[in-house]
Amino acid sequence: MSEIIDLKQEIQKSTLSANLFFACYTDDVPQNGGACVKYKDDQIAIFNFTRRGEWFATQNLCPHKQQMALSRGMIGSSGDDCEPKVACPFHKKTFSLKTGECLSGDDYQLKTYLVVINDGKVFIKID
Amino acid sequence: MAKKNVVIIGNGMVGHKFCEKLIAKTDEYQLVVFGEEPRIAYDRVHLSSYFDGKTIEDLSLSTIGWYQENNIQLHLGDAVTEINRTDKIVHTHSGKTQSYDYLILATGSAPFVPNIPGVEKDGVFVYRTIEDLDKMKAHASKCKTGAVLGGGLLGLEAGKALLDLGMQETHIVEFASRLMPRQIDDAGSKLLQGKLAQLNLQVHLNKNTSSIMGENEITGLAFADGSVLELDMLVISAGIRPRDEIAKLCGLEVSSRGGIMVNEFMQTSDESILAIGECALFKSMIYGLVAPGYEMADVAASLLCNIDKQFKGFDMSTKLKLIGVDVASFGDAFISEPDCTSIIFEDTHKGIYKRINISNDGKQLLGGILIGDADAYNMLLQTVNNKIILPPNPEDLILGSRGGAAAEGAGVMSLPDDALICSCEAVTKGAICGAVIEQDITTVDGMKKCTKAGTGCGGCVPMVKDLINGTLAENGKYIKNVLCEHFDYSRQELLDLIKMNKIKNYDQVLDTFGKGDGCETCKPAVASILAGLWNDLILKQDTIQDSNDRFLANIQKGGTYSVVPRIPGGEITPDKLIVIGQVAKEYNLYTKITGGQRIDLFGAHLSDLPIIWSKLIDAGFESGHAYGKSLRTVKSCVGSTWCRFGLHDSVSFAIEVEDRYKGLRSPHKLKGGVSGCIRECAEAQSKDFGIIATEKGWNLFVCGNGGSKPQHAQLIATDIDNATCIKYLDRFLMFYVRTADPLTRTATWLNKMDGGIAYLKNVIVNDSLGIAADLEEEMAFFVNTYTCEWKAAIENPEMRKRFNHFVNAPEEKDPTVKFEEMRTQIKAEAW
Ligand code: SRM
Ligand SMILES: Cc1cc2nc3c(=O)[nH]c(=O)nc-3n(C[C@H](O)[C@H](O)[C@H](O)COP(=O)(O)OP(=O)(O)OC[C@H]3O[C@@H](n4cnc5c(N)ncnc54)[C@H](O)[C@@H]3O)c2cc1C
Ligand code: SF4
Ligand code: FES
Repeated sequence: MSEIIDLKQEIQKSTLSANLFFACYTDDVPQNGGACVKYKDDQIAIFNFTRRGEWFATQNLCPHKQQMALSRGMIGSSGDDCEPKVACPFHKKTFSLKTGECLSGDDYQLKTYLVVINDGKVFIKID
Repeated sequence: MAKKNVVIIGNGMVGHKFCEKLIAKTDEYQLVVFGEEPRIAYDRVHLSSYFDGKTIEDLSLSTIGWYQENNIQLHLGDAVTEINRTDKIVHTHSGKTQSYDYLILATGSAPFVPNIPGVEKDGVFVYRTIEDLDKMKAHASKCKTGAVLGGGLLGLEAGKALLDLGMQETHIVEFASRLMPRQIDDAGSKLLQGKLAQLNLQVHLNKNTSSIMGENEITGLAFADGSVLELDMLVISAGIRPRDEIAKLCGLEVSSRGGIMVNEFMQTSDESILAIGECALFKSMIYGLVAPGYEMADVAASLLCNIDKQFKGFDMSTKLKLIGVDVASFGDAFISEPDCTSIIFEDTHKGIYKRINISNDGKQLLGGILIGDADAYNMLLQTVNNKIILPPNPEDLILGSRGGAAAEGAGVMSLPDDALICSCEAVTKGAICGAVIEQDITTVDGMKKCTKAGTGCGGCVPMVKDLINGTLAENGKYIKNVLCEHFDYSRQELLDLIKMNKIKNYDQVLDTFGKGDGCETCKPAVASILAGLWNDLILKQDTIQDSNDRFLANIQKGGTYSVVPRIPGGEITPDKLIVIGQVAKEYNLYTKITGGQRIDLFGAHLSDLPIIWSKLIDAGFESGHAYGKSLRTVKSCVGSTWCRFGLHDSVSFAIEVEDRYKGLRSPHKLKGGVSGCIRECAEAQSKDFGIIATEKGWNLFVCGNGGSKPQHAQLIATDIDNATCIKYLDRFLMFYVRTADPLTRTATWLNKMDGGIAYLKNVIVNDSLGIAADLEEEMAFFVNTYTCEWKAAIENPEMRKRFNHFVNAPEEKDPTVKFEEMRTQIKAEAW
């Protein structure tokens, strides 16, 4: 979280904004759920984890069967340290929203993005 | 100092297991693996499932990443062609050389192909590798008739594969006078033959094949007795040949009948070379099963770590995986009188044959055969292996106790601690019970992770479950099916809590009774409870619904959705049919008549769903809830309005019932059927509830199931009128909604119910719990508050917005969705 807050201050100074992509408005993404945004030819899944007051973003493509579906998956947490996760709607493989690691024991890795919220807008940091 | 090299030849099941075992014990060695097949080790035991949907990935035992992480050098698609024992170097096909300190031969075996004239013809296959299967698949599309040469364990498996490949006719040709000659007796074989015939596998015994007919491509088999069998493809499954060729070449001792000779430490005649798995011959025996191979892998890995472990031979008991027929043999299956007493039970009607061989003093079980019903296999095998003293009436072992009901799984707890429960992973009873007590493991999944038990062939899973529950019970722990890691309650407990506390949303449920942030298991379960209790619109809490419920449609390949309007009782007017046709045409949807007497439209883009539904709703359709755990269809037959046998109007009644319960959220989906007479054209007895007309009224059946474990529904009331039938149904359905675990169909719910159908009937018909009035009242509330959720969704702009693929480009559809053409309609791109 601290990183996000730092970023917020920076964005106000608008030094970083070149790397930040305006994705949508906060109320475009359902509470405790996800939505998909188009970025150039890519698709990014954004998750509004209202319960934790956190936002996450990952690739929308599920690496299991190459389905553009993660934004439609259910989010939740796993384990004692409450790792935030998303379950793909197709075969319920789950992925950490923090690290993109597959939590169902397969060798998949999702790309994750940093999310910045400012003034009701959702930005994604593209590197 | 440089690490010593261990070179493993063969990346099959046993070679891979050896790597796992060795690195778990030590990091002293550098491992180098050569595998001839182009892919990483996979599960050969479940090879056949490649034909019914499993992918190569599903079958893989590991990943390239695993080998990298553990610093194991893996060379795939490169066979070792020569072993130079003097310099301790191996040479490979691609020209690589590699020195070794220890060499492990895990080369497995190859199918034995008898020397019949014509075996080289096109259309003749063997069954061992994924490549073999791909070749069969490619050839099968143009074939109608297939056969397997060999009626052993693998032959039957191959026969099933031919069925899965869509052969219209499949034959099994066996030289011996019975099937599975090594596992079962004549009587068992006869029964099995009958069972296979039902699966459409025709068996020919005593057949000596003299030649394979055809020009370049096979056209048939000619037998020594002069008869001929015409066919388009043949799979040879006549036994295995250990792959000892490179061992032989370098002068290791091999048997004239095949197999690299090893001692109890798996050493060959050269101390630094070990052989394990199907290529190894121990005491004149090749062990053609995976469990003994894994044990050998462990023995070999132990030797390299100076751990004293010996291979002591292995039990060859087996249970066939053929879907539809249970076949098992264990211990000494063939010993016969006067060396023992055999108890045989045969039910030709149900297709069950069971034989147990008991020592003459009546104290010990020596072995046996089970066909048609092998539920007792695990326990019987344990009884043999652990020399457990038999009860006074040993026939109970196969007939079940016919006195008072015996506690489920009671027998398992009486096993000794060193009883081997999972033979694939060598996990004992002591280890499983220990994990329950010391590490608080309470689920099969947890046990798989913790001990690996049940991760091999999976045959021991029921026993593992009984052991977990048995241990919990012995330790005075209350066994309950908790929902998931976020809730320490069963579905029923949580339902009662939510109801008493009148909680209406998920977050509040989680805050009050749970922990963490929820997951894909508890969210839909709680959603179903809330819907069942308050009948609120499910889209109000869309993100706790399973994806299908969230978008009110089933997600399908490629990320498109299917649309299933309700067609109650299967009755539809020409006008409505026309609307379905028009909508399908306009939105380019694939249409199909479903098995539930209605029409499914596939291939809809997410963003088209609201407009498609608004057109359907305008024409008078409603949601068919094909996506929900809720009422699907009530199937009808045409009944007395047209049918000359019809006793009552089954269509009208089916429509009435379907309209009454439509939208009811339940633990699993619900299906019904109404037939106009005993001919039962609506198949009502295979449904969760079935209604069949009699001269005097209706008979009501409950808790039937089609699907993967079909079960007939059972009668709870006879000759009742329409109103009574509805009353009983109200009670039955509400009782199920209130008490079943998530994702439990009515049949499974009944199977787990103490007291079974007699108890259920008493609750529903005689109101033995005094809750009938409550149940009816709850159902009335539900019926009165029903609304079509699709109608509500399209009328609400906020909800409609949820159906766009891109939130930042609502007008654009998902560009990755692709269709192909098939029979002038569209089809999803294969994945
Ligand atoms: C479309 C249809 C096949 C067809 O082309 O005919 C079908 C399609 C599906 N069935 Fe089915 N079943 C269809 C009739 C059946 C029947 C026959 C019947 O209803 O008379 C059965 C056996 C009867 C029974 O349920 O007892 C059947 C037993 C299953 C099962 C196994 C249930 C079980 O208890 O073992 C599943 C899996 C599940 O529900 O967990 C399943 C699941 C599915 C799913 C939902 C799988 C999925 O998640 O994608 C399929 C969804 C298709 C879609 O997108 O609409 N389907 N399915 C049939 C739709 C009927 C309808 O109008 O609603
Ligand atoms: C269809 C089918 C169903 C089966 N069902 C069951 C069952 O229900 N229960 C059961 O217990 N068992 C079953 N089995 C048997 C089980 O699969 C084998 O016992 C097990 O695979 C043996 O393992 P392995 O490693 O010894 O041999 P394999 O798995 O065959 O592995 C040997 C590997 O070594 C490679 N190799 C050979 N020579 C060389 C070389 N010179 N250089 C490099 N690589 C080489 C081979 O290509 C192969 O990949 C079944 C087998 C089949 C085919
Ligand atoms: S429609 Fe039913 S039987 Fe057919 S593939 Fe899908 S789930 Fe399996
Ligand atoms: S496609 Fe995502 S889990 Fe299979």
